[in-house]
Amino acid sequence: MAGKVKWVTDIEKSVLINNFEKRGWVQVTENEDWNFYWMSVQTIRNVFSVETGYRLSDDQIVNHFPNHYELTRKDLMVKNIKRYRKELEKEGSPLAGKDESGKYLYLDFVPVTYMLPADYNLFVEEFRKSPSSTWIMKPCGKAQGKGIFLINKLSQIKKWSRDSKTSSFVSQSNKEAYVISLYINNPLLIGGRKFDLRLYVLVSTYRPLRCYMYKLGFCRFCTVKYTPSTSELDNMFVHLTNVAIQKHGEDYNHIHGGKWTVSNLRLYLESTRGKEVTSKLFDEIHWIIVQSLKAVAPVMNNDKHCFECYGYDIIIDDKLKPWLIEVNASPSLTSSTANDRILKYNLINDTLNIAVPNGEIPDCKWNKSPPKEVLGNYEILYDEELAQGDGADRELRSRQGQSLGPRAGRSRDSGRAVLTTWK
Amino acid sequence: MLQEESDLSLIIAQIVQKLKGSNLYSQLERQAWASLQRPEIKLESLKEDIKEFFKISGWEKKLQNAVYSELSVFPLPSHPAAPPEHLKEPLVYMRKAQGSWEKRILKSLNSMCTELSIPLARKRPVGEQKELLNKWNEMGTDEPDLSLFRPVYAPKDFLEVLINLRNPNYENGDSLSFRTHLGLIQVPLKVKDIPELKECFVELGLNIGQLGIDDSTQVPPELFENEHVRIGQKVLAEQDSAAAQQYIRQGSPTALRAELWALILNISSQPEDVLYYEQLKTNVIQHDLLVDSLIYKDVKLTASNDDYYFVFEDYLYQVLLCFSRDTSVLSHFAYNSASPPKSYIRGKLGLEEYAVFYPPNGVIPFHGFSMYVAPLCFLYHEPSKLYQIFREMYVRFFFRLHSISSHPSGIVSLCLLFETLLQTYLPQLFYHLREIGAQPLRISFKWMVRAFSGYLATDQLLLLWDRILGYNSLEILAVLAAAVFAFRAVNLMEVTSLAAAEAVLADLSTLKKT
Repeated sequence: MAGKVKWVTDIEKSVLINNFEKRGWVQVTENEDWNFYWMSVQTIRNVFSVETGYRLSDDQIVNHFPNHYELTRKDLMVKNIKRYRKELEKEGSPLAGKDESGKYLYLDFVPVTYMLPADYNLFVEEFRKSPSSTWIMKPCGKAQGKGIFLINKLSQIKKWSRDSKTSSFVSQSNKEAYVISLYINNPLLIGGRKFDLRLYVLVSTYRPLRCYMYKLGFCRFCTVKYTPSTSELDNMFVHLTNVAIQKHGEDYNHIHGGKWTVSNLRLYLESTRGKEVTSKLFDEIHWIIVQSLKAVAPVMNNDKHCFECYGYDIIIDDKLKPWLIEVNASPSLTSSTANDRILKYNLINDTLNIAVPNGEIPDCKWNKSPPKEVLGNYEILYDEELAQGDGADRELRSRQGQSLGPRAGRSRDSGRAVLTTWK
Repeated sequence: MLQEESDLSLIIAQIVQKLKGSNLYSQLERQAWASLQRPEIKLESLKEDIKEFFKISGWEKKLQNAVYSELSVFPLPSHPAAPPEHLKEPLVYMRKAQGSWEKRILKSLNSMCTELSIPLARKRPVGEQKELLNKWNEMGTDEPDLSLFRPVYAPKDFLEVLINLRNPNYENGDSLSFRTHLGLIQVPLKVKDIPELKECFVELGLNIGQLGIDDSTQVPPELFENEHVRIGQKVLAEQDSAAAQQYIRQGSPTALRAELWALILNISSQPEDVLYYEQLKTNVIQHDLLVDSLIYKDVKLTASNDDYYFVFEDYLYQVLLCFSRDTSVLSHFAYNSASPPKSYIRGKLGLEEYAVFYPPNGVIPFHGFSMYVAPLCFLYHEPSKLYQIFREMYVRFFFRLHSISSHPSGIVSLCLLFETLLQTYLPQLFYHLREIGAQPLRISFKWMVRAFSGYLATDQLLLLWDRILGYNSLEILAVLAAAVFAFRAVNLMEVTSLAAAEAVLADLSTLKKT
């Protein structure tokens, strides 16, 4: 069928619309017959909710998985990762190995986190072990840095105590649920400033897991110098790197937007720290992304009509260890600078090339295996089908440090997972 | 034969003289004394034994590096009777031109000073000193009112001066045609042509491996990269300056670059160096200079808006403010055609006893000056080391990019080299651009003055600066500039105005320096 793809969106962003129009696709409304719907997270909830009984046909695809929140809600992500670790431990998998202090060797990539108010008592126990630590409170369902604050005293979160007589809110309501995580107060600083990494990961299917990493991620810098001093705990310009927050700072610059490319970061780290530790860092980053996806894969509704492009937020500490902070289902498509606009435009372009091959009317029955040429700026991060062909024990061997060859970080075989040393 | 011998002994005498005053000399002396305790040193063969000890312990290497460093920096003496001005600049008309340019700059600085009623220098009150000390690591957040300050000059002002340079002894009666030079620079200096360049830059030939090309993902690393990295590590282990300089002509691996540059520039962070930097920092705290505001303004206008360098804004202040107060920089004026501007204590104008160099290091920053420091921030994050590297790079290379001289690496020669290459090998393009009023030099001048900083992506820029260090020459800047024009020639042939030509060449960031 050589018909034109019909698209709908409820997100009015030029980087999206320009991409649709350049493919000659036709815009329709959601009540008509559509092939491609780029929807916001609210809409996906309605589409797949039990009440509406919406049935997607074979020539319709959408940009979210029905229960993406298993990965993208802060509390569920942590829950799934904890469950995944326990499962591996029960199986006796070497991946779940621990060190002398009981910390996971390979799977310790999420800062210690508790759900509030459910885990309040557990949290207090942990807090008392290191009373000088700082913790970060994040509302489960919000984004863009909204509602986040730092605490270093128990009194600051008395509200969430289950025994609290003054607790007046309905603790069962999802909206008021918070997670509290150990704050990473030793982030890697460059030029004295804190930054985090935003990486884009496209998942076309969870079972078998097939995911792609966008090569052009970026670092978001705070405009103010970092200080762990307690007097600045309230200054969100020091601590939160979200552009939505930073762009209201006095020093926000609209030309570069406080952003660096990941390749700049790489150059800087290689020049000042050396190539091995830099390669190891990037390897670890890829590892934690894949592990997080593997953790939610069993509970994810692997609907064949779906694909999803996630925004991963990662912080690197001063020992060059990466930490997974959160995963966003609806990464911002707003552009803060000219470079930004180009990057996001290309991101959507490459995403569409993979999700809707040849720009033709989709057929959900296809095997979701795009040829290498259409990847654009994406690289295969992990392909479970290919990996299984290689034998699972390679996975552990490289994790334990035996390199697979002179270029452990970059495999040269075409079509293989380019970014992983482990299969 | 006799002339060469006496030249050599003159050079040796000069270098010994210089090194005698250096820290290395006292260290060697101390080491020699200490070595007397060692069992292998015997009285009968004292001299040989100590020499042997030096060789084994690596001190001989350090001495070698120091000598090599002096040779690289100091020009060879020409004639024993030559006056010191000749060392700065042998051609009289060039000296005169530099002199009048300096007068202009100083006048501009003084008038800004009078207009704004700001003293060139003043001591800070104690309260202000304390404040500055607290803010030392984040001077970028300071927002002084800089709206009334203007940069003392911009590269294009300097270009106008160069265009008007003429050798009074040279009369070119021919009318302008292709047999003469059609470019903007009209002085008869000798520049290399392509065969000479090929000979000089032999390691950049197509049949020799290069980093930046032969380490891309398509090329298997076994072919060149692995071996090159291995050699680099060996060079660093040996701590040999000369070998490092030879090695880096093929480019430096990113992980080794910081150490290699320090080795080539003969910089090792001794405690004395850190102390010296701290002393400079104290000077900054105690006194405020007018040029400080110029530096602030420059950083805010250039580096702060740059995609790569905005992160390092605070380092730039820490380096440049100290640099202005560093009187050791004055020694490079012995071989720089420029001379440090003089100023007089208030009320004592003209009285030599009250003359001081202003700024203390004799270098007045211009628009874009901070971009010399910015790329170095990718390599060094310790302020005193960053400072030392920048200072050495300045007194070896960067000063030539903004002073009028006949030196082959001086900006005048670079401009002439650029224009000659273009006119000889791309005559059609050159003619076309000239016809539409877009003389190529007007566009490429700013690239060369800044050594391409801010115009190339950082990784490419660092590869370019590798070659500057490797060949101890800035000629490569002119060659690159010509190559850029050659690369974009097709598009340039179609433009009809200077503005359009600028636009075609505006974004060099995607160019891979090959």
